[in-house]
Amino acid sequence: MLLMFEIFGVPSQALFGQLLLGLINGSFYALLSLGLAVIFGMLNIINFSHGAQYMMGAFAAFILLRNVGIGYWPALIIVPIVVGATGVVIERLFLRRLQKLDHLYGLILTFGLALIIEGLFRNYYGSSGQPYGVPESLQGGRNLGFMFLPNYRAWVIAFSLFVCIGTWYGIERTRLGSYLRAATENPALVRAFGINVPRMVTLTYGFGVGLAGLAGVMAAPIYNVSPQMGSDIIIVVFAVVVIGGMGSIMGAIITGFALGIVEGLTKVFFPEASNTVIFMIMIIVLLIRPAGLFGRSA
Amino acid sequence: MATLAAAAPVRRETEWSVAVAGAALVVFLSAAPFVLYPVFVMKALCFALFACAFNLLIGYVGLVSFGHALYFGWASYLAAYSAKVWGLPPELAILCGTATGAVLGLIAGVVAIRRQGIYFAMITLALAQMMYLVALRAPMTGGEDGIQGVPRGRLLGVFDLNNEMTMYAFVAVVVLAAFFLIYRIINSPFGEVLKAIRENEQRAISLGYKTDDYKLVAFVLSATLAGLAGSLKALVFQLASLTDAHWTMSGEVVLMTLVGGLGTIFGPIVGAFFIVAMENYLAQVGQWVLVIQGAVFVICVLSFRRGIVGELAARLRVRL
Repeated sequence: MLLMFEIFGVPSQALFGQLLLGLINGSFYALLSLGLAVIFGMLNIINFSHGAQYMMGAFAAFILLRNVGIGYWPALIIVPIVVGATGVVIERLFLRRLQKLDHLYGLILTFGLALIIEGLFRNYYGSSGQPYGVPESLQGGRNLGFMFLPNYRAWVIAFSLFVCIGTWYGIERTRLGSYLRAATENPALVRAFGINVPRMVTLTYGFGVGLAGLAGVMAAPIYNVSPQMGSDIIIVVFAVVVIGGMGSIMGAIITGFALGIVEGLTKVFFPEASNTVIFMIMIIVLLIRPAGLFGRSA
Repeated sequence: MATLAAAAPVRRETEWSVAVAGAALVVFLSAAPFVLYPVFVMKALCFALFACAFNLLIGYVGLVSFGHALYFGWASYLAAYSAKVWGLPPELAILCGTATGAVLGLIAGVVAIRRQGIYFAMITLALAQMMYLVALRAPMTGGEDGIQGVPRGRLLGVFDLNNEMTMYAFVAVVVLAAFFLIYRIINSPFGEVLKAIRENEQRAISLGYKTDDYKLVAFVLSATLAGLAGSLKALVFQLASLTDAHWTMSGEVVLMTLVGGLGTIFGPIVGAFFIVAMENYLAQVGQWVLVIQGAVFVICVLSFRRGIVGELAARLRVRL
């Protein structure tokens, strides 16, 4: 039996339902903006193909299940590695050559890559969505008294929090992370200490892209798997990144989750504004605090 | 920012090359409707103006806007709406659309100018996406259908624009005048300050220029001209649709400018004709357009950063 009550005239069911949806969206915003921030920190480029790589992750899970019969749990490990590996190739083949040029060329190049990836998937799978079932072990849900919580959604929120905190810990609190941070500050000096900085750059890009692939696998059972799922979300994530500022890993995580929640609440109280609210917040933040909430300098 | 501009160093005495190329353009446009389909040339001209407006920012101020579809698309909506629903004559409908571009450019500019470089690109993209979502829902834009059957009307009450050749002449004259205006802007003292900002903003500030004001004016000018291009396109095709406001359109104008040559005078025009011709030709290949566009982007960035006109100008050691 579910408890029913009203908050500001809104039934609790609807409110908590949208809040949950907001948290789910927030999980993906956090995972994707985290990846963007990690890549930006090391390579100084905005990875425009991040959305396409997230879409690749979802499609990889879909293809593994349909064509090879490999399910969700193995896909959760295999797909990020595969997608990350394509990232390594992209870095080696293309991005490496742009290091000495204006950063905006990186943006334009990855934009072109995003078009190629999206176009290829559209050719083979059409633009309609493909369904991907929730894994058996996470089907169903539980009654929390005030709302019904589907198990899979609870898992997505918990696991993405775990991945985000893990990444933050890895970068801010471990030895490898300190090399990474040092290399963003002064690559020449870090190289002088005998650390292979170019390889670290390659692996960082691979890792960031792998994170996008992981987010894609997690998103597959929630959203339809479609070629344009990446471009739909990435522009919102850009706004999230502008709001948070890319200087801080923790900032990216907090901003991602918080904006997801705000979006969910907007859906309850002002449904017409729900898909533009993040952009409006971006405008307000830019007018008040141009460097972003967690940004250090303009 | 200096690496972004492909333009060769300028010597005053090489200015004749611009005059020669300009004359060649006029000759080409006079002959074109008798050789090519007028609608094709008009479409290419609208995009050429759009790309030139975009180039004013990327090539001369070093600002990369990834949201120029906002001004192009919304100007096209307002021009179409005012012609069809309010029954305005074509010249006023175009004015209405162009003013829309200017106003949106002012609003977006005030917000976006507050950040630089990569952030600027992301902000302009996000703002354009926001207005795209508005266009998707707003009753006046007609949603997925767009505004169809826009009347071309009589220009100044005299010239019947339903005649293909009259329409062509009108578009060609307006676009050429806009090209000339852009050329004058680039070569004015104002344009010199813009280039100084592109090369070294800190130094421009230290010389006493309020660089943010200059950037905002350039942004509004660019949005206004993009609006003019969108308004013309609405009349040529008698249609305003979501496609023109979508982010892929913002990407397309980057592509045209890049292929033609960033920071060159004639590059965006050549790039627009190239891309429009390519898309016409590729229409038969259907879905592959996106992939091929992406590939052209990658090739240009990796090994053809000067673009067609930039490369030509460098070979001939002249300004184009």
